[in-house]
Amino acid sequence: MIVKDFQKVIRANIREYGMYIALFVIMAIFAMRTEGVFISSRNIANLMNQTGYIAVLAVGMTLVIVIRHIDLSVGFLAGFLGAIAAIAMVNWGWSVYVVIPVVLVLGVGAGLATSFLVAQLGIPSFVATLAGWLIYRGALLLVTLKTGTIIIPDAFFNAIGNGYVPDLLAGLGFFEGVHKLTLLLGLIAIVWFNLGQVRSRRNKLAYDFDVMPMDIFVLKLLFVSAVMACITWVLAGYNGISWTLVIVLAVVAVADFVASKTVLGRHIYAVGGNPEAAELSGISVKKITYVVFASMGFLTALSGILFASRLQSATTTAGTLFEMDAIASAYIGGVSAAGGVGKITGSLVGALVYMSLMNGMNLLGTDISLQYIIRGAVLAVAVIFDVTTRRGGK
Amino acid sequence: MSTCLLEMKDITKTFPGVKALSNVSFQVAEGEIHCLVGENGAGKSTLMKVLSGVYPHGTYSGDILFDGKIQRFRNIGDSEKAGVAIIYQELALVPEMTVYENILLGHEIRKGLTIDWNETIRKAEEMLRKVGLDINSATQVKDLGVGKQQLVEIAKALSRHVKLLILDEPTAALNEDDCQNLLELMRGLKRGGVTCVLISHKLKEVIQVADKVTVLRDGQTVCTLDARAGEVSEGVLIKHMVGREINDVFPKRFHERSEEVVFEVKGWEAKDLKSGRTVLRDINFTVKKGEIVGFAGLMGSGRTELARSLFGNPDGYRLAGEMLVKGARRSLRHPREAIRAGLAYASEDRKGNGLVLIQDVKQNITLANLRAISSQGVVDANAEVKVANEYRTALNIKTPSVEQVVVNLSGGNQQKVSVAKWLFVKPDVLILDEPTRGIDVGAKYEIYTLMNKLVEEGMSIVMISSELPEVLGMSDRVYVVSSGRIAGELPVAEATQEKIMRMATSF
Repeated sequence: MIVKDFQKVIRANIREYGMYIALFVIMAIFAMRTEGVFISSRNIANLMNQTGYIAVLAVGMTLVIVIRHIDLSVGFLAGFLGAIAAIAMVNWGWSVYVVIPVVLVLGVGAGLATSFLVAQLGIPSFVATLAGWLIYRGALLLVTLKTGTIIIPDAFFNAIGNGYVPDLLAGLGFFEGVHKLTLLLGLIAIVWFNLGQVRSRRNKLAYDFDVMPMDIFVLKLLFVSAVMACITWVLAGYNGISWTLVIVLAVVAVADFVASKTVLGRHIYAVGGNPEAAELSGISVKKITYVVFASMGFLTALSGILFASRLQSATTTAGTLFEMDAIASAYIGGVSAAGGVGKITGSLVGALVYMSLMNGMNLLGTDISLQYIIRGAVLAVAVIFDVTTRRGGK
Repeated sequence: MSTCLLEMKDITKTFPGVKALSNVSFQVAEGEIHCLVGENGAGKSTLMKVLSGVYPHGTYSGDILFDGKIQRFRNIGDSEKAGVAIIYQELALVPEMTVYENILLGHEIRKGLTIDWNETIRKAEEMLRKVGLDINSATQVKDLGVGKQQLVEIAKALSRHVKLLILDEPTAALNEDDCQNLLELMRGLKRGGVTCVLISHKLKEVIQVADKVTVLRDGQTVCTLDARAGEVSEGVLIKHMVGREINDVFPKRFHERSEEVVFEVKGWEAKDLKSGRTVLRDINFTVKKGEIVGFAGLMGSGRTELARSLFGNPDGYRLAGEMLVKGARRSLRHPREAIRAGLAYASEDRKGNGLVLIQDVKQNITLANLRAISSQGVVDANAEVKVANEYRTALNIKTPSVEQVVVNLSGGNQQKVSVAKWLFVKPDVLILDEPTRGIDVGAKYEIYTLMNKLVEEGMSIVMISSELPEVLGMSDRVYVVSSGRIAGELPVAEATQEKIMRMATSF
């Protein structure tokens, strides 16, 4: 009985679960090959921080692809805005508390510039953002021309990419050497997740909607809780939760909320699903395009700050290929190039899959040539899987 | 008796659920101009698609004899090789290429591995002379008017030694002069030995050029008339075309109609800036409270363009004239403003621009009025399900749940979802564009019943329909649209299929 239910649920949700299974398999393989180093507390913490600046971009890219566009300019825009942040702090002596909001606003401005070309003038986003790619690359080289790499001395700024949330509960006299605040937050997250799932199931039952069979539902909750507990434990074993992780989770939470729960989110997915029907339903496709590219710009600035902070410097090549990593993450995470389909959380997992590959292969000392080939193959397999299961579903 | 060039015998073609053609026979003698007429949906285009191999051999039953042989066309290439060329209303030219490139596209003249451009140009110009088109063959097609593009298409067909030239509504987009030129050309081609089949709604043209006329109705051949024997007149043709039985039963409605005008359009004109064509001109009509106003006309007569130009003008036409909603003058620049003014427009193209097919029933129903179920921009999921379930019950939408993706529903249920979406914005005037196209009889009846209920509650409905029985059965008043103009207005008591068809073909 339980086995049959299980098969049915897996089959119905194969597309969504496939990604989690892939992530699990990839992590297991690396864990074995590296004799546990890959899943050590230190490496997982490191992986989370590495994923941060790509995950943030992937979130924005998801919405851009959902409305049937693309943004190639985000990599060098992130690099350029990171350099602006560094210059403002180092050369102009601006306070970090001014620099961060200013850079974020600049990001929004860049996004609006892109959407002016795309929404107002009707230039294909591929071309408009390719132009942006060139311009921002040039701009990055220009501002770092004299100085080369700019070292950022500001401790607050550098903590964004390297620091951890201090353990406010360190004084408690148990679990010596374990980050207890992380454990508490992990516990809260698990409870919150379970409550949310139970509430949503009850709601659906009240309307007679399809829900998973009870046994499978319990299994799912147990499994997800166990995974969350493991992650919490592993993170608590090193320095706990990094500021990067906090920022990424906050971005994902807000974006996911907007995408799935708000009128704006509905309008975005409707525009992606059928722009003409959306327009006739009174939604301004133009306005939605502006909003989506502006948020992409905001997240690009955030990504630039995260990266510069992580390196504690602005370099002349910062942001190289970020756009491709973000696009790949979004596709691995299940967005559809046909528009209208793609979850924010999916892209987060996509980014994790993608960065796990990079991180794991680096640990194994895999040659860079082979790394690219494997990453390409994983992307191709992910999209083939997505396309074939989608077709099977109809 | 001249020899028979084409004989189609007992052609039957079925689509899932519909018999588009049943035992149609169609004979064309060599060297004649044979016209094919019939209402929308009579099966003219389907018949021509069978002939040209768009529907390959094996997907229909019956035989095609062409040029003395039984033909089994597997695709358009096969029929072209045999000497059949079809020129569709939507032209198949590459706008960015020159006239001579287009004429020999797909049949390039080669010299070794490369194209022999000199010979190409010579040949192209020879063909242009044949169709009497005096232009530089190096002109890009996009710089030509529609009439000249049509001639280029014909030149292209002639360059392939065409024996049978089929013109599908060639004059629909042409002005009077271009029409006359085209008809003159057809007579010229006939003298040159080319046989022509002309599909047209414009009966005056048919009478001008036809040697024979075949009338189709509901997928069957009604008759073939010989014009040379004086059997053809406008009245005769219309009688044969519309002799359609009214099988659908229309529910009765009982209510007092008010005289209050809720929607009025005066001197409305729309110009498409891209093509420079005046799409609509001199449109005047009124809609009263609780009234169903039918807009009849042939496909392509401008009814959908009219509805869209009124509903926030998403096509960006340049508009002139005025529109009054509930007595207030409105200028609506976006569908959003139209919705707010109290209008709703359920599109005729459900899949193309009516529904978001990949989303579920509830998301589609609430799409145009999400504000009503949200606070501070956050959608209330429970309220949404409640609303969706109300409409599901009220309209009897057959779906396992409102979380079903719309693409999985039948056409009739999709149409109900589309209507539900527009009912949820609670409009004063609901424009339904072909509300029953492609849906089964049961669902049609439900839609009609719903329309009656809505007008009884005081809503006004503008119904655009190409199905005359439906127009006659449901409307209180009928406007007939022809070539972007209102050709006439009829109270339903005075309207007949013949009268409407005569007006619809008048411009």
